[in-house]
Amino acid sequence: MAQAINVEDLNIYYSEFLAVENVNVTIQPRSVTALIGPSGCGKSTFLRTLNRMHEVIPGAYATGSVEIEGANIYGSGVDPVNVRRRVGMVFQKPNPFPTMSIRDNVLAGVKLNNQRISRSTADELVESSLRGANLWEEVKDRLDKPGMGLSGGQQQRLCIARAIAVKPEVILMDEPCSALDPISTLAIEDLIHEMKQDFTIVIVTHNMQQASRVSDRTGFFNIAGTGKPGHLIEIDETEKMFTNPENKQTEDYISGRFG
Amino acid sequence: MSTTTTSKPTHSELLTGSATAENRLPGWHMLLTALAAVLLAVLVLALFGSVSIGGVLVLGYGLHLVIGYLYSRVREGRRWAADRLVTMLVYGAFAVAMIPLISLLWEVLHRGIVRIIGPIPLQFWTMDMAGVIGGMDTGGISHAIVGTLLITLGASLISVPIGLFTSIFLVEYARYGALKVLGRGVTFLVDVMTGIPSIVAGLFGLALFITITNDPGIRIGLMGSVALSVLMIPTVVRSSEEMLRLVPMELREAAYGLGVPKWLTIVRVVLRTAIAGLTTSVTLAVARVIGETAPLLLTVGALPLMNANLFEGRMQTLPTFINSQYRSGNAVCNSDVMTNPITQIDYACSTTINYDRAWAAALTLILIVMLLNVIARLVSYYFSPKLGR
Repeated sequence: MAQAINVEDLNIYYSEFLAVENVNVTIQPRSVTALIGPSGCGKSTFLRTLNRMHEVIPGAYATGSVEIEGANIYGSGVDPVNVRRRVGMVFQKPNPFPTMSIRDNVLAGVKLNNQRISRSTADELVESSLRGANLWEEVKDRLDKPGMGLSGGQQQRLCIARAIAVKPEVILMDEPCSALDPISTLAIEDLIHEMKQDFTIVIVTHNMQQASRVSDRTGFFNIAGTGKPGHLIEIDETEKMFTNPENKQTEDYISGRFG
Repeated sequence: MSTTTTSKPTHSELLTGSATAENRLPGWHMLLTALAAVLLAVLVLALFGSVSIGGVLVLGYGLHLVIGYLYSRVREGRRWAADRLVTMLVYGAFAVAMIPLISLLWEVLHRGIVRIIGPIPLQFWTMDMAGVIGGMDTGGISHAIVGTLLITLGASLISVPIGLFTSIFLVEYARYGALKVLGRGVTFLVDVMTGIPSIVAGLFGLALFITITNDPGIRIGLMGSVALSVLMIPTVVRSSEEMLRLVPMELREAAYGLGVPKWLTIVRVVLRTAIAGLTTSVTLAVARVIGETAPLLLTVGALPLMNANLFEGRMQTLPTFINSQYRSGNAVCNSDVMTNPITQIDYACSTTINYDRAWAAALTLILIVMLLNVIARLVSYYFSPKLGR
């Protein structure tokens, strides 16, 4: 189910502006890869190219190749909609659909696509997805209440449940805990640990403790200066990155000498 | 300024200083000053020998601005006095703003209700004007109500899809490159269209149908719908555009992230989230055109009979009915009884009948718009995003 991601010679643009230059990396299946780096270095931008979400922004595009299961998602004739069904995403700000109940939010991937689903299959999918997001016990008695009525941390787990309900192979998380309190953050970090059994997870975070807690591998992005493109400086086992990084920039960033 | 400014005030002095709640007088002091101001106003006006309610209210309000302020200044201190003064000004502005609204509603209500409840209750809404002439104390506006509703419905059926699709294009598609330039052009043209005088829209409808049918005398309900839609489309476009822009980008991205195609995202997420606002914008657009008179006079004409066919023949509408009735002026009554030449039924003769009908039709028009607003409110209420637990 979970797939490796092979990125080769990826250049990411906003109109004429080259935001991230020449990324080459292999992301391991069934593992958590954390991306760290100073603000504006392009780690979120890179993350959004992994499910072709980047091009939603007017004028944005990418060149190079991103292979999932041997197929380049930037190849000609590839429908970004299909890519996004296989590579799910969780955003920085919890964004449940305000017009939908908790149940409908979980089923959004099915219902918004006008797919028919039997009542019993839907019930099973709702329960398994909410259990998968560690939210079932908290909401099982109010599935028909609006999703916006949940707390911020619960909303974010609802968004994770919504993402896993479409059964993707990869889940991308863009600073999923930055709007949450420490307890909700912990709940999501525990969840990420469990989820890597089934999914390939890539998480962008500003919190280095979080990166060291949740990830197997860590990538460090940096930028030479304003207006210059970001680069993937180094990516390695998380333990090695935080104890004995090979690149001087990584060491400076991790030890807090800049950024 | 008292001595507290020269030396540094202690903590307790700060708490009991000039602007604390302790100096605040109970509200009835202001009632007393208001009473004094009104009495003074009455006295002053009596001196000039012209006491009137309006005069007393205006002069009393002006005097109270001074009296109330000075009284509060002496008893409560400078900050509370400023608070009193600004409060009075805000209330005054509110009252001034309400005057035209309330007086308009009152005039229409008390003049219009006569004809609706009498002589036979609600007969005014169920009859048309067939065979009604002179000061005959009968007749109704069922044909005008049906005409107005049908023509406005036709205009909405034309304008809402065009307006909504245009706003979807502007918000969801005209975002980059050549499309963005095209979008700017569309926005500019829509803005120009907003300023088109309604009579020009009427001429457009007339000219369009004369060109198509080659019949200079053509008058049908559909022409009115087309003319009104020229006025309605820009309103729908601009207000729906605002509503669609209010839908957060995050919701669109959430849907894309689930593998939902763009068109389904627009239909199931963007439109669904904005439905309350879109309903309001359509209602406002309807309210804007439902009272239009000039374009309908040109394109639909007038007819004393019921015609519920939008595609053939003249129709009556409420605004044109009001216009023609009011222009007819006082009826001439040569005898107390008038006989319908066709049905041979006798009616009383009323000289003010035309004015009564005009006001009653105006009241009906207002009621229709209010009803539309209530329906829109209900739709908004049931479809707006729920935040409760």
